[in-house]
Amino acid sequence: MSAVELGMPSLPHGLQGVPAATEPQNRKEYVSDQEVRWCPGCGDYAVLAAFQGFLPELGIKRENVAMVSGIGCSSRFPYYLSTYGMHSIHGRAPAIATGLATARPDLSVWVVTGDGDALSIGGNHLIHTLRRNVNLKILLFNNRIYGLTKGQYSPTSEPGKVTKSTPMGSVDNPFNPVSLALGAEATFVARTVDSDRKHLTSVLRAAAEHRGTAFVEIYQNCPIFNDNAFEAFKDPETRDDAIIPLVHGEPIRFGTDGHLGVVRDGFASLAVREVADLPGGESDLVVHDAHTEDPAYAFALSRLTDGGVLHQAPIGVFRSVDRPAYDDLVRQQITTAQEAQGPGDLQSLVTGADTWTVN
Amino acid sequence: MSLTRRPADPSFDLEMNRTVTIEVKQLDRVVIRFAGDSGDGMQLTGDRFTAETASFGNDLSTLPNFPAEIRAPAGTLPGVSSFQLHFADHDILTPGDAPDVLIAMNPAALKANLKDVPRGRTLIVDTADFTARNLKRIGYDENPLETGELDGYHVVPLNLTGMTVESVKEFGLSRKDASRAKNMYALGLVSWLFQRPVESTISFLETKFASKPDIRDANIAAFRAGYNFGETAEEFSVRYEVKPASMAAGTYRNISGNLALAYGLVAGAQRAGLPMVLGAYPITPASDVLHELSKLKRFNVTTIQAEDEIAGVGAALGASFGGALGVTTSSGPGISLKSETIGLGVMLELPLVVCDIQRAGPSTGMPTKTEQADLLQVMFGRNGEAPLPVLAAQSPADCFAIAVEAARIAVTYRTPVIVLSDGYLANGSEPWKIPVIEDLPTIDPNFTTAPNAPDGKYLPYERDPETLARAWAIPGTAGLDHRIGGLEKEDKTGNISYDPANHDLMIRTRQAKVDGIDVPAVEVDDPDGTAKVLVLGWGSTYGPIGAAVRRVRKVGGKIAQAHLRHLNPFPANLGDVLMSYDKVLVPEMNLGQLAMLLRAKYLVDVVSYAQVRGMPLGAAELAEVIGNLVEETEGIDDDARHLGAAAAAVKHGEALVAEQNGHLKTEGAR
Ligand SMILES: Cc1ncc(C[n+]2csc(CCOP(=O)(O)OP(=O)(O)O)c2C)c(N)n1
Ligand code: SF4
Ligand SMILES: [Mg+2]
Repeated sequence: MSAVELGMPSLPHGLQGVPAATEPQNRKEYVSDQEVRWCPGCGDYAVLAAFQGFLPELGIKRENVAMVSGIGCSSRFPYYLSTYGMHSIHGRAPAIATGLATARPDLSVWVVTGDGDALSIGGNHLIHTLRRNVNLKILLFNNRIYGLTKGQYSPTSEPGKVTKSTPMGSVDNPFNPVSLALGAEATFVARTVDSDRKHLTSVLRAAAEHRGTAFVEIYQNCPIFNDNAFEAFKDPETRDDAIIPLVHGEPIRFGTDGHLGVVRDGFASLAVREVADLPGGESDLVVHDAHTEDPAYAFALSRLTDGGVLHQAPIGVFRSVDRPAYDDLVRQQITTAQEAQGPGDLQSLVTGADTWTVN
Repeated sequence: MSLTRRPADPSFDLEMNRTVTIEVKQLDRVVIRFAGDSGDGMQLTGDRFTAETASFGNDLSTLPNFPAEIRAPAGTLPGVSSFQLHFADHDILTPGDAPDVLIAMNPAALKANLKDVPRGRTLIVDTADFTARNLKRIGYDENPLETGELDGYHVVPLNLTGMTVESVKEFGLSRKDASRAKNMYALGLVSWLFQRPVESTISFLETKFASKPDIRDANIAAFRAGYNFGETAEEFSVRYEVKPASMAAGTYRNISGNLALAYGLVAGAQRAGLPMVLGAYPITPASDVLHELSKLKRFNVTTIQAEDEIAGVGAALGASFGGALGVTTSSGPGISLKSETIGLGVMLELPLVVCDIQRAGPSTGMPTKTEQADLLQVMFGRNGEAPLPVLAAQSPADCFAIAVEAARIAVTYRTPVIVLSDGYLANGSEPWKIPVIEDLPTIDPNFTTAPNAPDGKYLPYERDPETLARAWAIPGTAGLDHRIGGLEKEDKTGNISYDPANHDLMIRTRQAKVDGIDVPAVEVDDPDGTAKVLVLGWGSTYGPIGAAVRRVRKVGGKIAQAHLRHLNPFPANLGDVLMSYDKVLVPEMNLGQLAMLLRAKYLVDVVSYAQVRGMPLGAAELAEVIGNLVEETEGIDDDARHLGAAAAAVKHGEALVAEQNGHLKTEGAR
């Protein structure tokens, strides 16, 4: 076996290949006729509203948007959007969307999934999709609980979580979804919060424009089974010290009056410090560069997320780098083969080289 | 009938001096088996002999048999790999029960295969490895070539390895490299023995080793030396001729089941005008379909080697949602993993072709051995009422036609379709009359492109009244955006529905759609219409059943034969066919799965003949069973029956042995 130089002259960028809308669109056009069925107060409502508001600004034809979801409360999302959609089976949406995106370069394909859907039953598909860098956008609604099945702990629940299936507390260590995605060398990784529409929309916009897999973790509140899991990021009292804002090109500084900042700390590690304690003050802070090739930097950032109950976590785009998308390369090989050998002649293929004729 | 053949290779010196003249004997058919270590290139040797035989115009059927281990320890019994070929001057159906000639490249190959070779037949044995140490390793205390253990066989002991090394010495290869050409030496020898045309093997070697000139030249030299050895050596006083078979006029090639399946899938997609997307995960014996399709990118074939079987079928279904023909190929263990997604396909009512190249189970089972025990799994192995069409190929070449048929049903009826093949069909090969692609039926995807409801809306589950196929609109179609999923759908709109009556309606409608698929009537072969017993099979047992039926008829038994290529729905006339015979025998390589379906559906007390040994059914054994059943049905007492035994004893190929008798020397290595 040998490796070949893939040679990728001019691969498409962003939404290239998806037909543009001929007329301006509005939010209402993206609202389907189905009654929304989430519990009152569910964080999914806010995400849906933000998404419906954001889609028109993409400026692509509505019929060229395809939503693929798995199973879970959040996976009902496609029903509420007047785009093409598939509500598939538990955990498999990334695999299904891979086939769709590979077959159809003219679609903007979105995957909607939950923490159980993406990280438990569908963990394998998730990491391989990220590894391949298929051109699709994954929205992971992380409520740190199994909502649809009524409240069992999930692979993102904090250790010691007491639920119906873990009456004495869960004993397993959770995944940090952003760390996991970065471990799979995802090319676009971001985190946002359901209630911050402006931030959510800005992340969705960046994700949509990314060629390749964009992975977006959305902290989503489930008021029924895991209420206030993200309260630290919402409560005006605590949020300034809780949100570590990632803004490309800016020093990572936060907290009331900017008293906290992120500095390099030992081998490939980052830490939060009081800016006042730093010898160089702000100049000692890390300036966020989402385009850093080495995923170790973004990974170090992701480790600033609390492992247990959340008090502090980075929010924003951790990583955004260019790497050819799987489906673009697959299509390119087909084009190359057709250019080199001409379109296939099936009759000569089935005939082959060794024949004999009986008269 | 005439054959167009390439001229003989002039470099073969057929005018060498010989003291004994060579007699040429006519045979009507021969079964030959090459056996050696898995590193000895037996599959390649078999493939080449097959290609020579095919280009000569014989009918043929092959059975490769290899260990699951890639390189089991050399010289051991588990490491033995073999390739059997049956060729004839008339049409044949199986690779043959027992070899007439066994070429054994080492002691292990001899030991592992000897039990399959009846006494009186020919053993060509490479003696080079018959050392005390090697013999001990496989449990021989003494050299079987010397103990009398092989009495009654016609043994041709030759130091093939030594002669090979000698023949390639001018190329300056190491002894190890030189001896690797011994398979070509052996091939040259048997090519001489059976008067095979050799040009295709020479040009094959030229291409295969184009980048390694010494290896190329050594292999060609060894091949020629083996051929010329036959011509000059006095071991052989007889050559054999098996005349070309008379076949229907046309252009033929030899083809294996997996290659035919790959080509059939491409043909199906092309006839439907759809790009094809294969999602697959490697598994024996299905991987070759993935390999072949991966070469066909210029046919607008996309292959995705997925992270597992679930992702493979998922990608295929996703592609189908996008308007491609989604295909997934696997074997039993992989089909188990795909079940949930196939069920989703049933619910979404999208085309999807799922190929199950069955192997011996359960669990990992015997990956390189054949079986037909996935029938009930593919029929019923999903949650809920999830009916889908099931097709089964009956011979290697039939895999092509079955794949085209699967594409037709999948696209026309918007449904997942299962194609059953098995390890025997996958790797076995036979001559194939090459179809004219333009003559294959066209398949109309009939996409919905405009609203189909009076109110100007699109109803994704509005159905064609004839086929019950739903209206299929693909993403990118303006105004027809819609959402579908695995939750139960309301009739017509496809919206989520928990309505009891709607669920009942949808369950029945999906069932009715599959039940109503247009499939051809089953044809019965009952020459004078007086048989009381019908043998009914499906899948790869077609060959052995046909061969057994011929044996029974040869000894005067009356027997009808029919074979199913459509297992769901069954052909509409099947019930009547079953009712019109006193007894129906169903031979299967499982414990009676089709028999169970037939009993359940038609209340016919079919007789099941079940063999699950990982090998194709034996024609002689089956002939005996059929013969006995025919006489039982005619009321003949147990002890007065003779038909079965007579049918089992119908012989072929003995001439080969008788003629060599007396001319063979049993001297050792030279
Ligand atoms: C194969 C399979 N196993 C189990 C389930 C049951 N199930 C449905 S959703 C779910 C967990 C959903 O959790 P999550 O992905 O976090 O979504 P949420 O409901 O919290 O949005 C489970 C276990 C299923 N539908 N299919
Ligand atoms: S259970 Fe939780 S996640 Fe699910 S809809 Fe209700 S609030 Fe939302
Ligand atoms: Mg959840």
